[in-house]
Amino acid sequence: MDVGQMQKRLLDYMNSLLKEGILDSQFAQLQQLQDESNPDFVAEVVNLFFTDSENLINDLSNALGQQNVDFKKVDSCVHQLKGSSASIGAQRLKNTCISFRKFCDEQNLQACLMCLQEMQQEYLLLRSKLDVLLQVEKQIVAAGGSIPIMEF
Amino acid sequence: MGGNAMVKPTALVVDDNKLNRMIHGKLLDVLGIKNRAVENGEEAIEVHLSGEKFDLILMDRDMPVMNGIEATKKLRAMGIKCMIAGISSHSIGPEKEEFMEAGLDDYHEKPLTVAKLLSLVSKIKN
Repeated sequence: MDVGQMQKRLLDYMNSLLKEGILDSQFAQLQQLQDESNPDFVAEVVNLFFTDSENLINDLSNALGQQNVDFKKVDSCVHQLKGSSASIGAQRLKNTCISFRKFCDEQNLQACLMCLQEMQQEYLLLRSKLDVLLQVEKQIVAAGGSIPIMEF
Repeated sequence: MGGNAMVKPTALVVDDNKLNRMIHGKLLDVLGIKNRAVENGEEAIEVHLSGEKFDLILMDRDMPVMNGIEATKKLRAMGIKCMIAGISSHSIGPEKEEFMEAGLDDYHEKPLTVAKLLSLVSKIKN
């Protein structure tokens, strides 16, 4: 596959992620911040996001498993994840957080547990998609090409 | 690279979210704005008490220890007159008003983008 083909593949892939609502335009903004002086910016942000999110989801799981659930703590974790999701452009994950917070407000444990499950699924899906995306970007750069800019 | 007499503006990022600090810092870097970040309102106050000054403060609203509303009020009471922009997840309504009334010069909905930052930078008082 030559660089041009790889670039097209990347753009098609990004478009599909946008259509599915998995990522939004914020992610494209982040890609535009990457340049020769910071060639790994997107990968660094994404990896930080993965670490952060996994910790938060673990904390949530623990918090919801307690005898007396501390909904304030749960809400605080979800708030953090919502902020990170929005910053990276993870639209569906962010929306899951929004629903989650409503159930925290209502102190509805069952609904929170369901949200947590949905959150875990959305996170895993996002993670696998971003891994592919970063992989293709790496290949393009290694072949001497540049990451194409998404237009909105 | 030297001998450039033009003074570049400086900025302070106040946000409890590590990812946001990283992204906002990078946005500022790209625009050539020297910047540093702190994690909450109290640290923002401490940095100013130690004598540092900035041309622009990007203030998150919801933070532990001291939130953006309190921090903005305190900074204004301390006589800090630079541009303070509130960055929050609420777009309209009482939350925004409360934050503006604390002493903000401008307000943007998260997440911050190059365009929003450019509009802030263009308004920096010299």
